Amino acid sequence: MADTYSVEVRITPRQGILDPEGETIARALENLGYEGVGSVRAGRLVRMEVRSASEDDARSTVEKMCEELIANPVIEDFEVRIGDDG
Amino acid sequence: MKFGIVRFPGSNCDADVHRAVTEGLGEEATYLWHKSHDLEGADVVVLPGGFSYGDYLRGGAIARFSPIMREVIDFAKAGGLTLGICNGFQVLCEARLLPGALVRNRSLRFRCLPVGLRVENAGTAFTSDYEEGRLIDIPIAHGQGQYVARPETLDRLEAEGRVVFRYVDADGHPTDAANPNGSARNIAGIINETGNILGLMPHPERHSLAVLGSTDGLGVFTSLREAVARGAPRPAGAADPRPDVPADAGDAFDSSTRTIGVEA
Repeated sequence: MADTYSVEVRITPRQGILDPEGETIARALENLGYEGVGSVRAGRLVRMEVRSASEDDARSTVEKMCEELIANPVIEDFEVRIGDDG
Repeated sequence: MKFGIVRFPGSNCDADVHRAVTEGLGEEATYLWHKSHDLEGADVVVLPGGFSYGDYLRGGAIARFSPIMREVIDFAKAGGLTLGICNGFQVLCEARLLPGALVRNRSLRFRCLPVGLRVENAGTAFTSDYEEGRLIDIPIAHGQGQYVARPETLDRLEAEGRVVFRYVDADGHPTDAANPNGSARNIAGIINETGNILGLMPHPERHSLAVLGSTDGLGVFTSLREAVARGAPRPAGAADPRPDVPADAGDAFDSSTRTIGVEA
Protein backbone atom coordinates (compact mmCIF):
# COMPACT_ATOMS: atom_id res chain seq x y z
CA MET A 1 0.00 0.00 0.00
CA ALA A 2 1.47 3.31 -1.08
CA ASP A 3 1.00 6.36 1.07
CA THR A 4 1.36 9.97 0.04
CA TYR A 5 4.02 11.92 1.85
CA SER A 6 4.51 15.63 1.72
CA VAL A 7 8.14 16.33 1.36
CA GLU A 8 10.10 19.52 1.80
CA VAL A 9 13.57 19.92 0.43
CA ARG A 10 15.64 22.80 1.75
CA ILE A 11 18.57 23.73 -0.44
CA THR A 12 21.27 26.06 0.86
CA PRO A 13 24.66 27.14 -0.49
CA ARG A 14 27.31 24.73 0.74
CA GLN A 15 29.57 25.87 3.55
CA GLY A 16 32.55 27.61 2.05
CA ILE A 17 30.69 28.65 -1.09
CA LEU A 18 30.16 32.39 -1.37
CA ASP A 19 26.54 33.43 -1.12
CA PRO A 20 26.32 36.91 -2.65
CA GLU A 21 22.54 36.92 -2.24
CA GLY A 22 22.79 36.22 1.50
CA GLU A 23 25.52 38.84 1.88
CA THR A 24 23.38 41.41 0.09
CA ILE A 25 20.39 40.65 2.32
CA ALA A 26 22.63 41.03 5.38
CA ARG A 27 23.86 44.42 4.15
CA ALA A 28 20.32 45.58 3.36
CA LEU A 29 19.12 44.59 6.85
CA GLU A 30 21.99 46.52 8.35
CA ASN A 31 21.05 49.55 6.24
CA LEU A 32 17.49 49.27 7.54
CA GLY A 33 18.83 49.57 11.05
CA TYR A 34 18.59 45.97 12.20
CA GLU A 35 21.45 45.21 14.49
CA GLY A 36 22.83 41.87 15.45
CA VAL A 37 22.31 40.11 12.15
CA GLY A 38 25.14 37.66 11.66
CA SER A 39 25.65 35.47 8.66
CA VAL A 40 22.74 35.27 6.20
CA ARG A 41 22.47 32.36 3.76
CA ALA A 42 19.69 32.38 1.15
CA GLY A 43 18.43 29.13 -0.31
CA ARG A 44 15.47 27.51 -1.97
CA LEU A 45 12.53 25.46 -0.79
CA VAL A 46 10.95 22.72 -2.88
CA ARG A 47 7.71 21.12 -1.68
CA MET A 48 6.33 18.02 -3.31
CA GLU A 49 4.01 15.13 -2.77
CA VAL A 50 5.49 11.69 -3.20
CA ARG A 51 3.66 8.37 -3.24
CA SER A 52 5.77 5.72 -1.68
CA ALA A 53 5.56 2.42 0.21
CA SER A 54 7.10 3.86 3.35
CA GLU A 55 8.62 6.98 4.77
CA ASP A 56 12.09 5.49 4.40
CA ASP A 57 11.41 4.75 0.75
CA ALA A 58 10.13 8.27 0.17
CA ARG A 59 13.20 9.72 1.84
CA SER A 60 15.68 7.67 -0.15
CA THR A 61 13.85 8.43 -3.42
CA VAL A 62 13.86 12.16 -2.74
CA GLU A 63 17.50 12.10 -1.68
CA LYS A 64 18.31 10.47 -5.00
CA MET A 65 16.26 13.15 -6.81
CA CYS A 66 18.28 15.81 -4.98
CA GLU A 67 21.61 14.32 -5.94
CA GLU A 68 20.52 13.93 -9.55
CA LEU A 69 18.61 17.14 -10.21
CA ILE A 70 17.12 19.22 -7.40
CA ALA A 71 20.43 20.23 -5.82
CA ASN A 72 23.94 20.47 -7.19
CA PRO A 73 26.13 18.79 -4.55
CA VAL A 74 29.15 20.71 -5.82
CA ILE A 75 27.70 23.98 -4.52
CA GLU A 76 24.64 23.13 -2.44
CA ASP A 77 23.62 21.23 0.66
CA PHE A 78 20.14 19.81 0.93
CA GLU A 79 17.92 18.60 3.74
CA VAL A 80 14.84 16.39 3.23
CA ARG A 81 11.92 16.70 5.64
CA ILE A 82 8.95 14.36 5.43
CA GLY A 83 5.42 14.51 6.77
CA ASP A 84 2.66 11.90 6.31
CA ASP A 85 -0.39 13.17 4.45
CA GLY A 86 -1.93 9.71 4.37
CA MET B 1 33.81 19.71 -41.58
CA LYS B 2 30.62 20.30 -39.70
CA PHE B 3 29.65 21.99 -36.44
CA GLY B 4 26.47 20.83 -34.71
CA ILE B 5 24.85 23.58 -32.64
CA VAL B 6 22.39 22.38 -30.03
CA ARG B 7 19.19 24.37 -29.66
CA PHE B 8 17.48 24.17 -26.28
CA PRO B 9 14.31 26.11 -25.56
CA GLY B 10 15.81 29.42 -24.45
CA SER B 11 19.10 29.16 -26.34
CA ASN B 12 19.77 32.56 -27.85
CA CYS B 13 23.34 32.49 -29.16
CA ASP B 14 22.78 29.57 -31.52
CA ALA B 15 22.47 31.83 -34.58
CA ASP B 16 25.59 33.78 -33.55
CA VAL B 17 27.60 30.56 -33.45
CA HIS B 18 26.10 29.52 -36.78
CA ARG B 19 27.30 32.76 -38.38
CA ALA B 20 30.73 32.51 -36.77
CA VAL B 21 31.10 29.04 -38.31
CA THR B 22 29.55 29.67 -41.72
CA GLU B 23 30.67 33.28 -42.34
CA GLY B 24 33.69 33.69 -40.06
CA LEU B 25 35.17 30.25 -40.63
CA GLY B 26 33.51 29.27 -43.91
CA GLU B 27 32.53 25.80 -42.70
CA GLU B 28 29.27 23.95 -42.43
CA ALA B 29 26.99 24.29 -39.40
CA THR B 30 23.74 22.61 -38.51
CA TYR B 31 21.26 23.12 -35.71
CA LEU B 32 20.52 20.15 -33.47
CA TRP B 33 17.08 20.29 -31.87
CA HIS B 34 17.01 19.38 -28.18
CA LYS B 35 14.40 16.67 -28.73
CA SER B 36 16.45 14.95 -31.40
CA HIS B 37 18.71 11.98 -30.77
CA ASP B 38 20.88 12.59 -33.84
CA LEU B 39 24.10 14.60 -33.93
CA GLU B 40 23.88 14.51 -37.74
CA GLY B 41 27.52 13.62 -38.24
CA ALA B 42 28.87 16.74 -36.56
CA ASP B 43 32.63 16.83 -36.00
CA VAL B 44 32.27 19.41 -33.24
CA VAL B 45 29.26 19.87 -30.96
CA VAL B 46 28.57 23.34 -29.57
CA LEU B 47 26.30 24.05 -26.61
CA PRO B 48 25.54 27.74 -27.15
CA GLY B 49 24.70 30.55 -24.77
CA GLY B 50 21.24 31.52 -23.66
CA PHE B 51 18.83 30.76 -20.87
CA SER B 52 17.87 27.16 -21.53
CA TYR B 53 14.61 26.26 -19.78
CA GLY B 54 14.50 29.76 -18.30
CA ASP B 55 17.45 28.93 -16.02
CA TYR B 56 14.91 27.20 -13.76
CA LEU B 57 16.44 25.50 -10.74
CA ARG B 58 20.02 26.39 -11.79
CA GLY B 59 21.52 27.51 -15.09
CA GLY B 60 21.89 24.43 -17.29
CA ALA B 61 20.34 22.06 -14.74
CA ILE B 62 17.29 21.12 -16.80
CA ALA B 63 18.99 21.26 -20.22
CA ARG B 64 21.38 18.62 -18.99
CA PHE B 65 18.47 16.13 -19.13
CA SER B 66 17.27 17.09 -22.63
CA PRO B 67 16.87 14.15 -25.01
CA ILE B 68 19.83 15.16 -27.18
CA MET B 69 22.13 15.38 -24.18
CA ARG B 70 22.29 11.59 -24.07
CA GLU B 71 24.04 11.66 -27.47
CA VAL B 72 26.08 14.76 -26.59
CA ILE B 73 27.37 13.12 -23.40
CA ASP B 74 28.20 9.89 -25.25
CA PHE B 75 29.95 11.92 -27.97
CA ALA B 76 31.94 13.93 -25.42
CA LYS B 77 32.86 10.89 -23.33
CA ALA B 78 34.05 9.14 -26.48
CA GLY B 79 36.44 12.02 -27.14
CA GLY B 80 34.28 14.15 -29.45
CA LEU B 81 35.20 17.84 -29.55
CA THR B 82 32.59 19.62 -27.43
CA LEU B 83 32.45 23.36 -26.81
CA GLY B 84 30.18 24.92 -24.19
CA ILE B 85 29.79 28.69 -24.27
CA CYS B 86 28.20 30.57 -21.36
CA ASN B 87 24.96 28.64 -20.69
CA GLY B 88 26.64 25.76 -22.52
CA PHE B 89 29.49 25.85 -19.97
CA GLN B 90 26.87 25.65 -17.20
CA VAL B 91 25.31 22.64 -18.93
CA LEU B 92 28.71 20.89 -19.16
CA CYS B 93 29.31 21.44 -15.44
CA GLU B 94 25.80 20.26 -14.54
CA ALA B 95 26.41 17.16 -16.68
CA ARG B 96 29.67 16.63 -14.71
CA LEU B 97 31.63 16.67 -17.94
CA LEU B 98 33.62 19.52 -16.43
CA PRO B 99 34.40 19.98 -12.73
CA GLY B 100 33.02 22.76 -10.55
CA ALA B 101 29.97 24.94 -11.02
CA LEU B 102 28.89 28.42 -12.08
CA VAL B 103 27.00 30.47 -9.53
CA ARG B 104 25.55 33.96 -9.28
CA ASN B 105 27.99 36.76 -10.07
CA ARG B 106 29.53 38.11 -6.92
CA SER B 107 28.12 41.56 -7.73
CA LEU B 108 24.64 40.04 -8.24
CA ARG B 109 24.59 42.06 -11.47
CA PHE B 110 24.14 40.75 -14.98
CA ARG B 111 27.35 41.78 -16.75
CA CYS B 112 27.34 42.41 -20.49
CA LEU B 113 30.59 43.85 -21.87
CA PRO B 114 33.81 42.87 -23.64
CA VAL B 115 36.44 41.64 -21.17
CA GLY B 116 40.15 40.99 -21.40
CA LEU B 117 41.25 37.36 -21.45
CA ARG B 118 44.64 35.72 -21.52
CA VAL B 119 45.09 32.48 -23.44
CA GLU B 120 46.69 30.37 -20.72
CA ASN B 121 47.12 27.18 -22.70
CA ALA B 122 47.57 27.31 -26.47
CA GLY B 123 48.20 23.59 -26.66
CA THR B 124 44.54 22.57 -26.82
CA ALA B 125 42.30 21.67 -29.72
CA PHE B 126 40.38 24.88 -29.00
CA THR B 127 43.30 27.32 -28.78
CA SER B 128 46.14 26.01 -30.97
CA ASP B 129 45.68 28.95 -33.34
CA TYR B 130 46.51 31.45 -30.58
CA GLU B 131 49.92 32.20 -29.16
CA GLU B 132 50.21 31.25 -25.53
CA GLY B 133 49.79 34.30 -23.32
CA ARG B 134 47.99 36.26 -25.99
CA LEU B 135 45.56 38.88 -24.71
CA ILE B 136 42.17 38.94 -26.40
CA ASP B 137 38.94 40.87 -25.93
CA ILE B 138 35.82 38.73 -25.82
CA PRO B 139 32.31 39.78 -24.75
CA ILE B 140 30.59 38.30 -21.73
CA ALA B 141 26.86 38.41 -21.00
CA HIS B 142 25.83 36.53 -17.88
CA GLY B 143 24.39 36.74 -14.41
CA GLN B 144 25.65 33.34 -13.22
CA GLY B 145 29.25 33.12 -14.32
CA GLN B 146 31.18 32.90 -11.10
CA TYR B 147 33.26 29.76 -11.41
CA VAL B 148 33.60 27.83 -8.16
CA ALA B 149 35.23 24.50 -7.34
CA ARG B 150 36.93 22.85 -4.38
CA PRO B 151 40.45 24.19 -3.71
CA GLU B 152 41.97 20.80 -4.58
CA THR B 153 40.08 20.80 -7.90
CA LEU B 154 41.35 24.30 -8.67
CA ASP B 155 44.92 23.25 -7.82
CA ARG B 156 44.60 20.26 -10.09
CA LEU B 157 43.20 22.35 -12.96
CA GLU B 158 46.10 24.77 -12.61
CA ALA B 159 48.73 22.04 -12.34
CA GLU B 160 47.44 20.23 -15.42
CA GLY B 161 47.18 23.36 -17.56
CA ARG B 162 43.44 23.01 -17.74
CA VAL B 163 42.70 26.67 -17.04
CA VAL B 164 42.58 27.72 -20.68
CA PHE B 165 41.29 31.30 -20.40
CA ARG B 166 41.66 33.75 -17.52
CA TYR B 167 40.18 37.21 -16.94
CA VAL B 168 43.03 39.73 -16.98
CA ASP B 169 43.61 43.47 -17.19
CA ALA B 170 45.20 45.28 -20.14
CA ASP B 171 48.66 44.27 -18.90
CA GLY B 172 47.69 40.63 -18.67
CA HIS B 173 47.41 40.52 -14.87
CA PRO B 174 44.58 38.54 -13.28
CA THR B 175 43.44 41.31 -10.93
CA ASP B 176 40.20 41.54 -8.95
CA ALA B 177 39.18 44.54 -11.04
CA ALA B 178 39.55 42.48 -14.23
CA ASN B 179 37.39 39.69 -12.80
CA PRO B 180 33.82 40.44 -13.92
CA ASN B 181 32.01 37.87 -11.79
CA GLY B 182 34.20 36.83 -8.88
CA SER B 183 35.37 33.59 -10.47
CA ALA B 184 37.91 31.62 -8.46
CA ARG B 185 41.43 32.52 -9.62
CA ASN B 186 39.93 34.62 -12.45
CA ILE B 187 39.05 31.45 -14.34
CA ALA B 188 37.08 32.13 -17.53
CA GLY B 189 37.39 28.77 -19.28
CA ILE B 190 38.53 25.23 -18.48
CA ILE B 191 39.09 21.99 -20.32
CA ASN B 192 38.57 18.35 -19.30
CA GLU B 193 41.36 15.88 -18.58
CA THR B 194 41.44 14.45 -22.07
CA GLY B 195 41.36 17.82 -23.78
CA ASN B 196 38.22 17.42 -25.88
CA ILE B 197 35.63 19.29 -23.79
CA LEU B 198 36.00 23.02 -23.21
CA GLY B 199 33.67 25.37 -21.38
CA LEU B 200 34.01 29.14 -21.13
CA MET B 201 31.73 31.97 -20.02
CA PRO B 202 32.86 34.58 -22.61
CA HIS B 203 31.38 34.42 -26.11
CA PRO B 204 34.08 33.94 -28.80
CA GLU B 205 31.36 33.89 -31.48
CA ARG B 206 30.50 37.50 -30.67
CA HIS B 207 33.99 38.55 -31.77
CA SER B 208 34.33 36.35 -34.81
CA LEU B 209 33.52 38.68 -37.72
CA ALA B 210 35.09 42.00 -38.71
CA VAL B 211 31.63 43.54 -38.82
CA LEU B 212 31.28 42.79 -35.11
CA GLY B 213 34.31 44.97 -34.40
CA SER B 214 36.75 42.18 -33.57
CA THR B 215 37.80 38.74 -34.67
CA ASP B 216 39.62 37.90 -31.42
CA GLY B 217 37.29 34.95 -30.88
CA LEU B 218 37.65 33.38 -34.30
CA GLY B 219 40.78 31.53 -33.17
CA VAL B 220 38.65 29.10 -31.18
CA PHE B 221 36.89 28.07 -34.38
CA THR B 222 40.00 27.97 -36.59
CA SER B 223 41.76 25.90 -33.92
CA LEU B 224 38.88 23.41 -33.92
CA ARG B 225 39.02 23.17 -37.70
CA GLU B 226 42.72 22.34 -37.49
CA ALA B 227 42.07 19.77 -34.78
CA VAL B 228 39.47 18.04 -36.95
CA ALA B 229 41.78 18.19 -39.99
CA ARG B 230 44.57 16.64 -37.91
CA GLY B 231 42.18 13.81 -37.15
CA ALA B 232 40.91 14.51 -33.66
CA PRO B 233 39.30 11.44 -32.09
CA ARG B 234 36.14 10.88 -34.04
CA PRO B 235 33.33 9.08 -32.27
CA ALA B 236 31.01 6.85 -34.22
CA GLY B 237 28.45 8.82 -36.14
CA ALA B 238 30.69 11.81 -36.86
CA ALA B 239 31.56 12.58 -40.47
CA ASP B 240 34.84 11.07 -41.60
CA PRO B 241 37.23 13.93 -42.40
CA ARG B 242 39.48 11.49 -44.28
CA PRO B 243 37.15 9.67 -46.66
CA ASP B 244 40.04 7.91 -48.42
CA VAL B 245 40.88 6.03 -45.24
CA PRO B 246 38.99 2.77 -44.64
CA ALA B 247 36.29 3.28 -42.06
CA ASP B 248 37.83 1.18 -39.31
CA ALA B 249 41.47 2.20 -39.86
CA GLY B 250 40.89 5.66 -38.45
CA ASP B 251 39.50 4.29 -35.24
CA ALA B 252 42.64 4.61 -33.17
CA PHE B 253 40.54 5.42 -30.20
CA ASP B 254 39.00 2.91 -27.89
CA SER B 255 36.14 4.39 -25.95
CA SER B 256 35.95 1.38 -23.64
CA THR B 257 39.30 2.16 -22.04
CA ARG B 258 38.96 5.91 -22.04
CA THR B 259 38.37 7.69 -18.78
CA ILE B 260 37.09 11.19 -18.56
CA GLY B 261 37.52 13.51 -15.63
CA VAL B 262 34.39 13.39 -13.53
CA GLU B 263 35.21 15.44 -10.51
CA ALA B 264 33.47 17.77 -8.18
